[in-house]
Amino acid sequence: MNLLLRIAMTHIRGRLRQTVVSILGVMLGVGFSIAMASLMEGSQRDFVSQLIDAIPHIQVTDEERQPPRQPAQEVYDAVSFSGLRVADDRRGIRNPVAVRAGLESWVDGVFSPALSGQAVVRYGGKDVAVTLTGIQPRAEMQVSKIADDIIQGSFFNLESTASGLVVGDGMTKKLGAHFGDTVTVTSAAGLVKRYKIVGLFHSSLAQTNDTIGYVPLKAAQILFERPNVINRLNIRLTDVNDAEAIAARIERQIGYKAVSWQEANKSLQEAFVIRNLIMYTVVGAILLVAGFGIFNIVATIVHEKARDIAILKSLGFYETDMQVMFVFEGLMIGAAGSLCGWALGYALCLALSTVQFQVPGSTDSTFLPIYFTITHYLIASAFALASAGIAGYLPARRAARLNPVDIIRGAT
Amino acid sequence: MTEDHATPVADTPDPLLEARGVSRVLSGTVPVTLVADIDLRVGAAEYVAITGPSGSGKSSLLYLLGLLDRPSEGEVLIGGRRTHEMSERDRAHLRLETLGFVFQFHFLLPEFSIRENVMIPMRRLARAGEGAMRARADELLDALGLADHRNKQPDQLSGGQRQRVAVARALANEPPLILADEPTGSLDSKSSEQVFDILRKIVEERGKTVIAVTHDLEMAARMHRGVHLVDGRIVSDERFVTTPAA
Repeated sequence: MNLLLRIAMTHIRGRLRQTVVSILGVMLGVGFSIAMASLMEGSQRDFVSQLIDAIPHIQVTDEERQPPRQPAQEVYDAVSFSGLRVADDRRGIRNPVAVRAGLESWVDGVFSPALSGQAVVRYGGKDVAVTLTGIQPRAEMQVSKIADDIIQGSFFNLESTASGLVVGDGMTKKLGAHFGDTVTVTSAAGLVKRYKIVGLFHSSLAQTNDTIGYVPLKAAQILFERPNVINRLNIRLTDVNDAEAIAARIERQIGYKAVSWQEANKSLQEAFVIRNLIMYTVVGAILLVAGFGIFNIVATIVHEKARDIAILKSLGFYETDMQVMFVFEGLMIGAAGSLCGWALGYALCLALSTVQFQVPGSTDSTFLPIYFTITHYLIASAFALASAGIAGYLPARRAARLNPVDIIRGAT
Repeated sequence: MTEDHATPVADTPDPLLEARGVSRVLSGTVPVTLVADIDLRVGAAEYVAITGPSGSGKSSLLYLLGLLDRPSEGEVLIGGRRTHEMSERDRAHLRLETLGFVFQFHFLLPEFSIRENVMIPMRRLARAGEGAMRARADELLDALGLADHRNKQPDQLSGGQRQRVAVARALANEPPLILADEPTGSLDSKSSEQVFDILRKIVEERGKTVIAVTHDLEMAARMHRGVHLVDGRIVSDERFVTTPAA
């Protein structure tokens, strides 16, 4: 009702200084929540985009989710078998060309077959274990962003050099080798080949930097003695959000394990959830504190305006009218604080997004990742308004229950 | 009390306000009886004084009659409607429509102009448009000699003027019944005279019923009917002059 709102306005105007302080409280709460949420989500998105850029969206490996059924299980109906000698299975994704053709017909993305295995790189008497991955350079470039990390040479050298090798600069440091040097690689089965370092990359992930090496797919198949076999099919999708569904379908279709990037990083998702939980707890706490300020001012007004409440009630105003009036006062402070908080939050985000920082040990500086979305503003406001509403409601209930007779008797 | 020309009140047929065996006891370790066994019938266009010594329960009775308080026993009927079983909300609405209050303290909202204060009950009832409400408020203020003060704030007025504004506010929704609790309690004698004059005019010219609690026996004697309370009980109920309605 219009009149109630007008009365509420006069109450707030009558306590201008306190009101301004309360509004400032809400403003700071909302502003910093927005800035914090933007930074949190910005860094999260930044991290995820780096992650999904760095890794394939779906990785089909030559494993199966269930242990393979043994021939004996097909023949005998038994609860369990023991001492069974399992059939020897040749590892690897069989008939990769057909598999790939079967997927390419419906998966919206690019494919990169790979064969990887363990080997030892030897140079100048030093041995370093390496996870050697055989790739088709052109296909792999489309699937992973490893080419961006190249600091010397090129991945495409693997196309022209059948015995080329691309490794991280961490490994060459360990080996004492340099770009252009020829190293000896020994496979787990004891096969020895010589490879020339035709490319160096630098990855910020130390493990990748120190232990990963790339060779042409054919070279890997020879080294690991598994011609025409791959054990990994990396897929990069046009839409990363489809990864889980597509991975499930691939698995049904070909039987091999297909892992989406979400599944591969489950623990990361959990970490994000916890991070957000912490963030919103802090935001909630800030706005709760702001709510105390509102409670204080509305309670003061209720106390101060007891006479007005008494006369309005005796004139025939409902208890709910009084409640509406004081809740509105709380909400109004909350809303004003929210709006100011939006401005503050936006300003803080702009300011933060210009902050440059350097990761220790890295020469390249980056900007703080800030993610702008209206959702943060709405969530912060929702928190603020909820806390303002509750802060207004508690004293409002007291006002509604106030017995006019008590006030009228006491007034002179 | 000037009882020489007073006559006991005969039964009031078709009363506007009726109290049937009303008692109000404040519960506590020592229960306090505010009023007891009140039977009262007040008709239209009556000008009733409730008198009595301090603590005799005058104001308590008025609050019970005005639905601001609920009786411990008995019931109050307004316009024949039983108010005892009504919800607080319905009682509030009944107050808004049929009762006007004037208290010892004016209780004007300090932030609103005189005219706005008079319009508050009308706005709550929301039966008329803005223009009609404004016209009615101005008409009331004119009638009470406050034409020049419409746009002033309450703190710019004298005590007597403020009390007249309170009377105008009580009349805002044209209630048939005005309840006044020591309306001149904080006024000088000249202003008191004015306020009682206005209340009488409201009865005689507008046909309202006014029930006023007062400790001023001289004023009470100039009203139409006197109800005298002692220790929460009515000890006398007399008509001083013949009212048109009686």
